[in-house]
Amino acid sequence: MSITVRVMERPDAETTSYLRATLSGMALTFKHMINPNKVTQQYPEEQTDLSPRWRGTHRMEVHADGRPKCVACGLCPTVCPANCIRLVGGEDDQGNRYPIVYEIDEFRCIFCGMCQEVCPVEAIHVGQHFENAEYTRDRFVYDLDRLMEQEHPVTLLWDPSDPRSE
Amino acid sequence: MQTFEPISGGWAIVAMSLKVTLIFTMVMLVVAYATLAERRVSAFIQDRRGPNRVGPFGLLQPIADGIKNILKEETLPATASRVFFVLAPILVLFPSLVTFAVIPIAAPLPTSAGVVDMIIADVPIGILYVLAFSSLAVYGVVMGGWSSNNKYAFLGGLRASAQMVSYEVALGLSLITVLMLTGNVTLPEMVAQQQQLGLWYAFPLSLAFILFVVSAFAETNRLPFDMPEAESELVTGYHTEYSAMKFSAFMISEFGHMVTASALMATIFLGGWDIPFWKGDDAFWYQGQLISGFAADGSALLATPTWWKTLLTFGAFAAKTLFFLLVYIWIRWTLPRFRYDQVMSLGWKVMLPTALVYVMLIGGTILALDEIGMAWGFGYGLALTAVSGVATIAFVYFVDRGRTITGAAAHLSQRVEIKSTPQPAPMEQS
Repeated sequence: MSITVRVMERPDAETTSYLRATLSGMALTFKHMINPNKVTQQYPEEQTDLSPRWRGTHRMEVHADGRPKCVACGLCPTVCPANCIRLVGGEDDQGNRYPIVYEIDEFRCIFCGMCQEVCPVEAIHVGQHFENAEYTRDRFVYDLDRLMEQEHPVTLLWDPSDPRSE
Repeated sequence: MQTFEPISGGWAIVAMSLKVTLIFTMVMLVVAYATLAERRVSAFIQDRRGPNRVGPFGLLQPIADGIKNILKEETLPATASRVFFVLAPILVLFPSLVTFAVIPIAAPLPTSAGVVDMIIADVPIGILYVLAFSSLAVYGVVMGGWSSNNKYAFLGGLRASAQMVSYEVALGLSLITVLMLTGNVTLPEMVAQQQQLGLWYAFPLSLAFILFVVSAFAETNRLPFDMPEAESELVTGYHTEYSAMKFSAFMISEFGHMVTASALMATIFLGGWDIPFWKGDDAFWYQGQLISGFAADGSALLATPTWWKTLLTFGAFAAKTLFFLLVYIWIRWTLPRFRYDQVMSLGWKVMLPTALVYVMLIGGTILALDEIGMAWGFGYGLALTAVSGVATIAFVYFVDRGRTITGAAAHLSQRVEIKSTPQPAPMEQS
């Protein structure tokens, strides 16, 4: 193994021209100065198109009667690599399991989307949303009601048969 | 016919106060908006949009910046030399603003009390006043760098002093040709002579124009000559330790210098407030009369100043000044910074000898033209233009050979051959 140093080929003193290079440089910058196509995005007015597979803030799906779809099976807290989901399950008179407490700490969450993948009833989702600013830290622990209120579109899961989601 | 007398008495004081207020406000306003223009033009050059949030098109940005700078904490380094540290921003701000006093900004304005010259102080020493005060600015820079007790600030101050001294020489020498052609040192006289010649000095003294522009860039510490505040080498150079309004004073003075230098270039080489191809705006004082020129028999033609001519000529002056301001910004965002030795060798080995030779050449040409009895006028200007053109082409040809500004690698004698060197084989992991 050897270290190689690449020596840049530079023009000789006889062929270097400061003035010509200056003028051509100024022509180039002038061209950009009057170019109306700017790359800056005017953010709050102009929104980026998020990818359909963008994984952002969570959202809990609800039944038509307003109950969460979650059946408190406990798979998402188990699979969560960041350990950010807190779930306490309960059972009603008919023997249906439902979450008594369902909290997601969005600060701990790494937005891997595994909770959505593992959910057997398609209740918990990550969504196409990223504007989460709050004034206090405890507002970042989303409880069940908050998760059910979210309205942004949910993330499409990666489909192995259509890897580029076409 | 109505005769025009210069304003005098109590009204002169009123007019003077108004002019001082007006021109000072204008310069400060241009300085404020030059900071915005710099940021926006730099953004445009880099395909960005720049600050456009505060007010329409970001027009209130300078005000927001000002408020922010006033509200920031003033810091005083523990080891700084207190008196000089506070004095430096004042010393650097004052000359940059005071220089504008001798620059005529428009044609004389007729009022019912008399004609008002649109210049604050038509001092007989004119350009010497400008040179004297623009050199004073470096004291503030050096003082700021030294009193901060910071090695980067100190280096910045040192570089500023060396650079100012080097380019002051070329700047002064390039102006000598202008003085020879004008026969006077006041700026209104230069404007009048350019009007009479029918040619702006940028043509008959083209090489002086180039030298002056380059030197002015160096004098104002703008890129590619911003050695004193080279960010990548010296943090921000001489004002590293300054904060809040004191830092702002350095910024204002830098932009103030730019505005003044632009106005000077416009006045000395682009005819000042003269509107090209129009004789109607010409006006200067000759033996107590405001005249627009001389008839073929040598009698004076009276000028007819009006308020709208004053406005129009002011527009011409503003357009020329703003053009140079734009060039300042444009060049700053195009060219990389020179190396320190390149700045020095350009100043002493190129600018100074060229300026010296050019002074001799123009002096000789003027002498020869006077000797063969050529009349002062357009033809005279054309003859000088031809001589200067040849000199400029020769200068450009010489500079363009790459003997002056090259990277170290371009010098064959300094080239280092680095071959790939075999390294010992890595030790086996046991």
